[in-house]
Amino acid sequence: MMDYKNLLKQPLRSLKENAMGMVFLLCAVLSVATTVGIVIVLLSEAVIFFSEVSVIEFLTHTRWSPTIKPFEFGVLPLISGTLTFTFLSALVALPVGLMAAVYLSEYAAERVRAVLKPALEVLAGIPTVVYGYFALVYITPFLRQTLFPGIRTFNVLSASIVVGIMIIPTVASISEDALRAVPRSLRLAGYGLGVTKFQVTMTVVIPSALSGIVSSFILGISRAIGETMAVTIAGGNMSRIVNWLRPADAFLRPIQTMTAAMVEIGMSDVSGDSVAYRSLFAVGLALFLLTLLLNIASEVFKSRYREKYE
Amino acid sequence: MAAQRRSVDEIRSDMTRNAVLEFAGDNIRTERIKGHVFTAFCIAATLFGIVSLAALLVYVFWDAWGWLDWQFLTEAPSRFADQAGIFPTLVGSVFVVAMVAVLSLPLGVGAAVYLEEYAKRNLLRRMIQMNISNLAGVPSIVYGLLGLGFFVSTVGMPHGIVIVGAFTLTLKVLPIVIVSAQEAIRAVPDSHRYAAMGMGTTRWQMVHTVVLPESLPGILTGMIIALANAMGETAPLIMIGAATTIFTAPHSITSPFSALPLQIFAWSDLPGEGFQHGVTPAAIVVLLVILLSMNGLAIFLRQRFSQRN
Repeated sequence: MMDYKNLLKQPLRSLKENAMGMVFLLCAVLSVATTVGIVIVLLSEAVIFFSEVSVIEFLTHTRWSPTIKPFEFGVLPLISGTLTFTFLSALVALPVGLMAAVYLSEYAAERVRAVLKPALEVLAGIPTVVYGYFALVYITPFLRQTLFPGIRTFNVLSASIVVGIMIIPTVASISEDALRAVPRSLRLAGYGLGVTKFQVTMTVVIPSALSGIVSSFILGISRAIGETMAVTIAGGNMSRIVNWLRPADAFLRPIQTMTAAMVEIGMSDVSGDSVAYRSLFAVGLALFLLTLLLNIASEVFKSRYREKYE
Repeated sequence: MAAQRRSVDEIRSDMTRNAVLEFAGDNIRTERIKGHVFTAFCIAATLFGIVSLAALLVYVFWDAWGWLDWQFLTEAPSRFADQAGIFPTLVGSVFVVAMVAVLSLPLGVGAAVYLEEYAKRNLLRRMIQMNISNLAGVPSIVYGLLGLGFFVSTVGMPHGIVIVGAFTLTLKVLPIVIVSAQEAIRAVPDSHRYAAMGMGTTRWQMVHTVVLPESLPGILTGMIIALANAMGETAPLIMIGAATTIFTAPHSITSPFSALPLQIFAWSDLPGEGFQHGVTPAAIVVLLVILLSMNGLAIFLRQRFSQRN
């Protein structure tokens, strides 16, 4: 027997049904709108900026001085600073993260792993502003007393060390996933040839997981490039082209990254209608494109190992 | 004699080992040593970050000791370190994060429900999914530029008010909320969905009577992690013009505000022992304790959740 009351409700019900579907779709579309919004905001201001400051000047001039006269908008010092900072951070995060991944995936007992893995994750949960304070107030004086007496109060090295530590879990967890995805049969085949665990790890497991490891490295580097507060607090905000051939000068003195330069402009009271304000969006656009490219590259490598073993 | 009590197998394996060692003794020994050294390095690498952070935390708690008192929590900032407090920024942080929670829960869960329960496996779904994972990798300062360029410059909202901060951080943490909600929803067994559908429910009825209640703990876990993330954000708030130091707590969504990380940023490079080794570490301890309890709550929820299944 059909209940006629329910039958009457039917159109109303499907109307509600469709409405809910639309609402959920809108929520999902908001994420696309966010991306579109970012691109439009960055592009529209950057386009005006590049009508005031030529692209050539932006890319070739060697001075960055957006708020102090004479104004100059050469992005090279900022790129140089970002590269230096990222290089040093990667020097800490990549090898340490990879070796931690190898330990967790190949050597650690399940119970040890259950403790160490979440402990490692905590590193990524500390706010970057706190890392910046650590670098400025604890790491730099420590380095001055132990290794580098000539280190400046503000320097790129300590900022890189703390950010390197912060990025370890990113590198470790993706690398570990890749290492664990290597089939047991490959390891056993190695053992069958009579080699040690170390040799199996080095010659079988790591090479097999290489695309995943590369993916984790790229993502780690992308994180360092976008990192802002630690390098703003501890890095010193002095834009300059860094000469890596003189390491003491390069690494123990202040620098300024693209992100730190953006904070500096954001903190100063530039009006919403000035070249300095619009330069924010030009630098932001460069930063956005760079990290986007790296993130996509990281995804590509990741999907490669997933195809291989999963 | 002990040797006589050894089994034939043991003797045989010993003989094999001796033969192998005689044959390639040095090589195997060095390989073994190499292996041990490598393992030691790997353990050291795993512990490096954890131990460094632990040491830094000990320092920061040590420095904060004596500065962190009731007055510190209830007073406004001051140019004298011993009178300075974090009340306005603490209220600002809690206010903004609460608004982020209110905004991002429905938006994030809605998007997740769409992707998992409604969307056909087509190009649109793949595009949205790819877009979300890319958004998760966008540096937080770029979200600050979005907030500044859109909410402030385009829409015309004032600089540094609560609602702009909340909108900006909501966009920043939405990818985290969506992805974790998707995982929680995916963990609901299909059989439960069929059971609901078999009773004649519509899709929405199935979602809100079966899927959402069952995935709620997982959704909340992700939500808390996202909020902890928002609580620690600094750069986006600077870009939208939030003040680094403020003397009165925000009282409405259009009040100017400051947040705890901004106060830490402002204090961290003030000269003088009282700031660098006094109120700044004290503010950091407050922030870390808040974040730690949020993460603890998330872990607790996850544990209860996994026990039930």
